[in-house]
Formats: sequence, C-alpha cells, structure tokens
Amino acid sequence: MDMSTPVSEAAEAQVAIDVDRVSKIFPGEDAVRALDDVSVGIRRNEFFTLLGPSGCGKTTLLRIIAGFEPPTMGALRLDGTDISRLAPDQRPINTVFQNYALFPHMSVARNIGFGLEMLGKPKREVNETVDRMLKLVQMEALKSRKTSALSGGQQQRVALARALAPHPRVLLLDEPLSALDLKLRKEMQIELKRLQSETGITFIFVTHDQEEALTMSDRIAVMRDGRILQIGSPRDIYQRPAERFVANFIGESNFLDATLSAGHVTLKAGGGAFAVTAPPGVADGPVSVLVRPEHAAVRAGSPAGDELPATIRNVVYSGDATTIHLELGSGELFKAKMSNSTGGGATLPSQGEPAVVTIAPGAVTVLKD
Amino acid sequence: MAETSLPATPESAAAAAPRGRAYNARTLPGFATVAICAFVIIYAPIIILVVFSFNAGTTLAIWEGFSLRWYAQAAANEQVQGAAIRSLYLAGSAATIATVAATMAALATTRTRRFPGRTMIYALINQPLMVPEIVTAVALLIVFAWVKVATGHNSMIYLIAAHTAFCIPFAYLPIRARLETMDMTLEVAASDLYASKKQVFTKITLPLLMPGIIAGYMLAFVISLDDVVITEFVKSAGQDTLPTYMLGQLRRVVTPEVNAISTVILLAGAILVSLFFWFSRGRE
Amino acid sequence: MSDATASPTAPGELEAEALRQDHRTRWLMSLPAIAIILCAAAGPLMVMVVYSFLAPGDYGNVKWEFSTEGWVSVLLQRDIFDGTLAWADAHLSIFWRSLSLSLITTVVTLLIGVPTAWFIATRPDGKREFWLFLITVPFWTNLLVRTIAIQELIRAEGVINLILLKIGLIQEPIQMMFTNFAIGFGMSYVYLPLMVLPVYAAVEKLDFRLVEAAHDLYASRWKAFRLIILPLIKPGVIAGSILVFIPSLGAYVTPRVLGGGKNLMFGNLIELQFGQGRNWPLGAALSLTLMVAVMIALIFYVRATSRETHNG
Repeated sequence: MDMSTPVSEAAEAQVAIDVDRVSKIFPGEDAVRALDDVSVGIRRNEFFTLLGPSGCGKTTLLRIIAGFEPPTMGALRLDGTDISRLAPDQRPINTVFQNYALFPHMSVARNIGFGLEMLGKPKREVNETVDRMLKLVQMEALKSRKTSALSGGQQQRVALARALAPHPRVLLLDEPLSALDLKLRKEMQIELKRLQSETGITFIFVTHDQEEALTMSDRIAVMRDGRILQIGSPRDIYQRPAERFVANFIGESNFLDATLSAGHVTLKAGGGAFAVTAPPGVADGPVSVLVRPEHAAVRAGSPAGDELPATIRNVVYSGDATTIHLELGSGELFKAKMSNSTGGGATLPSQGEPAVVTIAPGAVTVLKD
Repeated sequence: MAETSLPATPESAAAAAPRGRAYNARTLPGFATVAICAFVIIYAPIIILVVFSFNAGTTLAIWEGFSLRWYAQAAANEQVQGAAIRSLYLAGSAATIATVAATMAALATTRTRRFPGRTMIYALINQPLMVPEIVTAVALLIVFAWVKVATGHNSMIYLIAAHTAFCIPFAYLPIRARLETMDMTLEVAASDLYASKKQVFTKITLPLLMPGIIAGYMLAFVISLDDVVITEFVKSAGQDTLPTYMLGQLRRVVTPEVNAISTVILLAGAILVSLFFWFSRGRE
Repeated sequence: MSDATASPTAPGELEAEALRQDHRTRWLMSLPAIAIILCAAAGPLMVMVVYSFLAPGDYGNVKWEFSTEGWVSVLLQRDIFDGTLAWADAHLSIFWRSLSLSLITTVVTLLIGVPTAWFIATRPDGKREFWLFLITVPFWTNLLVRTIAIQELIRAEGVINLILLKIGLIQEPIQMMFTNFAIGFGMSYVYLPLMVLPVYAAVEKLDFRLVEAAHDLYASRWKAFRLIILPLIKPGVIAGSILVFIPSLGAYVTPRVLGGGKNLMFGNLIELQFGQGRNWPLGAALSLTLMVAVMIALIFYVRATSRETHNG
C-alpha cells in the first residue's frame, strides 16, 4: 500500500523533512516494531500533525527526526541532505518537550538563550534574541524568574520561546498542550498557530487529541501500530477517512452495512441509493460505509423517498446539540446529532416511538476495510 | 441489621474512643511514652559524656566545676595532634577519591537499560556494605602484611586504599539516588539546543547532580572519620587515627581527656550530618 | 525514489554501534570504583579463602602448605597428646554468646524501635523531619564515641551506680562493665537507629484509613494493631530486625570495650587468632564462617525488602 500522497515536482522541492522508509525496532526480548516502513514528506512552512493513540509510533517518529533515537532502517533528509547520522546538537531542529524540560537551575532568560549560547553566538545577539522571544510569547515580565516558580502555561511559553530562539528550520512539538487545562489549551492552540505563521518555521506537532489536530493543522498524518494510515488536510481526514480506524478515531461515526454498485451504495437499512466515490481498490459488492451523526436529521412521521425508518432509543441533550440514538429498520444502531439552534430537538418524538432519519446527500463515505 | 446495632462486648466498646481524648487512628497507647524514653536514652549518655568533658576534676562522675583543662590537655598532646591530622588527612583523601570514583560509577550504572555486567558492577560496589567490618579488616591485614613485607613500603597508602574502598558505596548511594530522580529530558533538551556532549555534562548534568555529589562526599568523610575496626588492623606503627588512639587509651585509666576528644568528634560529625541533610534535600 | 532509498545506513547499524559504544563507556567509567574495591575489599577476601587452607606459622602468618586444620578448628579441637578430636567448647560458647546476644539486641531494639518509629511517622508534617533528624544523627555519630558514652554510664564509678548509691538503693556499686549485660545494652543502644529507620519507612506508607476501618468494624486498639497494622508494617520490621542482627553478629568494638577480655564475641575471637592466638588460618576460616552467616541473614533481608516493594 502506498499511502504517501503523490507529490508533484513543485511540491517535492518544498519538502523540508523527508522521512524515507523509516523503521524502528526497539531491541530486547519482546522486540517492538515501533515504526514500520514509514514514509512522509513534510513541507516547508507547514503545520503538520502526527495524530494517533498512545503507542502508535508518533513520538518515536518525532524522536527520530530530532535525533534522540537512530532509525533501525531508512533515511531522514532535511532539505535534501541526509541527517540520519547527525547528533541532536548538529541538527537545526528544536523540540518542545511534553514536560517542557526547562532547566531548573537557570532563569527564564538563560533557558531561552541556552541554544544560542551553545551555538557560540555573541552575548549581545543572545540577549537581543532572548528579549525578542520573551516579547513573542508575552513573558517579558518574568525574564529573571526561576523556571520552577512558573505556572504550567508560563512554562509552556518559555519552552516554546527556548525552542524558537535559535530559529530552527523545523520545530517539533511533543504533545505540548497535554498538561494544560482545557481553557488554557484552547488559548495555546491559537497562540501556536499564530507563532507558526509569524515565524514561518515548519511545525511538526504530535498529539492524540483529534480536536487539537483538526483545529491547528495544515495536514494531518493518522498513525496506528507504527504505520501511517492516512495523510491529508483536516477536511480530507474528517470527511473522507480511508479506513474505519481513522473514521472512528476522528469525530463520532455511524458504520453501516451497504452494497456498492456502479458508484452508488444502497444501505441495508434502506433509504435509496447514494452517489459515492469509492476509494481505489474497493470493488463492487458488500461494503462498510460511514455517516457522521451531524449529517443526519430525525423527525417524527413515516418515511418517504430516501428517508430511513427507525425507532427512537434515547435522546441526550448536551447544550448546543441533541444526540438521538436510534435503531434502524435493519437492526443497526444509529446516532444523529442535531443542532439545538435550529430548534430540531424541540419537536422530537419520544423514546420508543417511530421516527424517520434523513441522510444528507454526499454524507455517505465508503470505507476501505 | 439488628445484630450489628450497638457495640455489645466490652472489647468493642473500648474501640469507640479512649476516654477524654478525641479519637485518632494514629495514636497507640503507650507508644509515645516508649518513644520519648527512647530519645532520652539515646541522648542522655551523649549529653553526660559532653558535660563531663568540661569537668574540672579528674573523675568522670563527680562534677567539680567548669573547666576547659581537658581540651587544653588534649590539644597539647602531640599524639592527639598527630592522630587528629592523620584522621582528617585520611578522611579527606579517601572521601575525595571515593566520591570521584562513585560519581563516575553512578553515571555509568544509572539511567540505562540492563547491560551486560551491570549487576556485577552493582554487587561489587555494594560489596563492602555486605561483609562485616572485622572480616574485611583481617582480610586486609593478611594481604597488606604480605605487600608491606614484599615492597618494604609503609606509608598511609594502605589506609587510604582501605578507607576509599568502604567509602565508595556510601558516596555512591546519594549520587545514584539524585541521578535517578533527575529528569533525563533535560539533557536531551540541552543537546537539542546545540550543546555538545561535554557542554551537556558541564552545564546541565553536573550542576544538577552537585547536591548529590556533596552529600556523597559528606557521607564518605563521616564514615572514614568514624572507622575504628579496619583502621586498627591496617595501620602500621605510628599511624593511629583519633578513634584508634582512643581505643588504645581505653585500656588505661580513662580521664576526661577522652571525653574532650569524643566531644570534638561528635561535634564534627553532627555538623557534617546536618550538612548532609541540607544538601541531600536541597533542591531549591 | 528507489535510488535514494538504497539506504545510507544498513539496518540497525547506527543503533548497534551506539549501544556498543555506550556499554564500553559505562564499563570504563565504572572501572576506578571496581578496581579500588577489588584491591582493598573484595580481592583480599579471596586471598583469605586461600589462607584458610594453609598451616599456621610459628609466629603468626602462615606456612605455605595445604591444611584443613583451620576449618576443623572452627568447631573442634585436637587433643595435644593423642590427637583425638573433641568439640571446641570455648568456641561454641563464644558462638552461643554472639548468637544469643544478637537475638536479644534484636528483640530489645524491636520493642523500643517500633513504638519510636510509629511515634515519628505519626508526627505532623512539619515536625516529622525534626524527629527523624534526631534519630538519624546518632546513627552517623562515631560508634566508638557512643560506646564510650555507655561505658561512662555503667562503670563502677559511673553515673548509674552513683545515683543508685546516693539514693541508698545499693550499698556497693553494681558490676555492670565486662558482662554480657553490658554488651547487650551497648549494642541495643548503638544499633537502635538501624531498627527505627526501616520501620519508620513502613509506617509512613501505612494507609491509616485501614486502621480506622478496623476500628469502625469494632476492633480494639490492640486487635487493630495485631491484625491490621503489624501485618502491613511487617516487611519494615523484618528489614529492621535483620539490619540490627547482622552488625550485632559481627560486632567488634562494642564487645571489646564493654565486654572486656573474657566476654568475647565472634569478632573478638577472630581478632584473637591474629593477635595472641597466632593462628591465621583459623582466623581466616572463622572470618569466612561469619561472612557466610551474615550472607544468609542478608538473603532474608533481600527477600523481606523485595516483598515490601511488591506489596507497596
């Protein structure tokens, strides 16, 4: 299977990090194949996200790019030059660590200036950059604080400033927001996006949070068991997931049995034929399809046309929306999510009563598995 | 439900609460009394020893007024002077060598997956802790007696070697403990920020490890300073340290001079231990 | 693409080389410590094994001929006239004194140490460190000095006798020095911190809600202690007991100062063979016997403490 998107000549020239058939096997009795023949080209000035559940290999890939782990097989190129043999301190790549890894025996300013200091930059330049960085992350007031006296969000900003100060060609971020509370996390998401566009540095971001990935990324690679399952824009990944795992991992999903024939699918639950673009390699016959809950509407009454008959199992109100759990005529369970602003939830039939489900045109996606 | 209604037996009634005091699961009857007695027993003999070192009289039990005469006498005693200098020289050399060796060994044996021979290195480093001192002492007597005859060399080197060996595990412990709680990503972060291996060590690892190294040094110093048994068996003539000098004195008539020396040793030890506590806890 | 992927590095080459390099460095860095210990601790113990199989020299040291006499003499003695073997009563009584006094010391420190450890562990957060410090200081202060302090206390003209005479409880000073009592008292005194510290660690980890639960279910204080607390702090108690037992068994300074020339313990018997006894092979054999005894106790210790970490 060739998951890497075919790149045009122009796009190839833009590739900053080229991960070329990299595998990683951790030695030991139970040798784990943490990465399995992974190839991906990450473009210059891109906000690229590695998304997947824990243990999928995303952090391992990040550590290989940073140079903390050597790859077992394969090559790693930065702007066309092989860097797999370079030590971390020889790569123009910096990392924002998950626990920030701020040096506890140094002040905020010395932490931020550390990289430039190590590069042997003159004192004046170091100081100027430090001041600029402090301003960039809005931490001017805390310049000479000890890092242990900072809050989580402040430590986060210092870690960012420290990694950005040497102006690396690529910035790696290892779940940097996971230790923050929800509100701060949302703020930092926007902040990170701003920093990326202001600095023009390629960001490679690792997360297991699908919402975070969708909000911030230019492109997302979904990983599982050491492989990349799909690479694409957030819209691609959400609306046209290639596999059941991707669909399930990102957003809420209904999986339904259907039959594919000549570019159309017929659901087992009824409701007429839907025009679809089947992914390559999927032949006509029985298939599995995805319908997002928000692409379905529910009303009382009897079915007409492309509507599906169903019975209401449960109605869950959650503020902005109402989720309706139904049983379709085929016996399959189905979730529909309706925005409350349209008043959709108000006139719903109650539990046990018959209802009708309407699936929006184009909302049916054929899955590959 | 009816059966468990009210405490019926006197035993379970007693469990309710000791009369007159609020219930507290952390108090056990009599334990505090025993503990206070224990602290009194631990400190009383030491305090008596210290007090009588200031006795003007020659006896150890009858107080005849305050005086520093025994300190003056001990300070003027050339044997005591020699022993004191030797003790400090020995502890200083042994602790220094042991701390350097232990720091290197601790860096080598921590923060890594199992590697061939690691268990053996652990076992060897801790070996001096596992064998009774008297056994090590006579083993050293046997070997060093042979080496002394064979080489005709009789300097302090034997004592320094013996002390260094048993100081290594004591220096190793706090350094290793410190290393194990140290965040490894800090070093990774430094190398990510263009620090070379040497710079990572001097700018990150060493400064963060320093409290552990100082604690290890203190511990090794105290252990060497306190040693009697191994010194007694390894020393050649005229190589008495303060503890072996005192041990020799105990065979004769005991005067408060011994108390005075003891008090000084106690004081030195207490200062070092306090410093040890300070450094081993000193994070901030 | 395939040309570029003719991978610049053979599979696993970087990792394997890094790993080899890493192990080499680690061994090199451990070398000074290992060398010193081999020369001045572990190595001499090996030499002692050889010496235990040699014949005693006339004025100490050894003759270089093979002999098992040293090992035989640990338990038996040869009649000077007819060469028959009989139990070495002197040795047996010394072994018995060592063993019984070590056990008594362990029990005494247990009875005092457990309540003390409990007391420290149940102090409020800020004050606990102070009490812990108080118990740790004597642990690091000179053993000889602490033994001397006990000597001052129990001598014929010592403080205890003086007080008892003053209040008229006794007419003559009680002879406490140079008795088994003196040794037991002294060892209990010097080794008490060794009991308190591990028990403290165990009590500190104790979940006091379990004790409250026991009381809630009508357990008396004694029953809660015996059925809940004791089983939970048992690993610490075992560890403390062995930590006291081991140095007691090999004690040298305390019995020498407080026991005098007649009440010998194992350690003093060993010394004797290198002094007046002039029987180095026997001394070596005795040393190795003591070492084995301590090793056996250590195995129990390791078991007790590893069980502790499994439960914790």
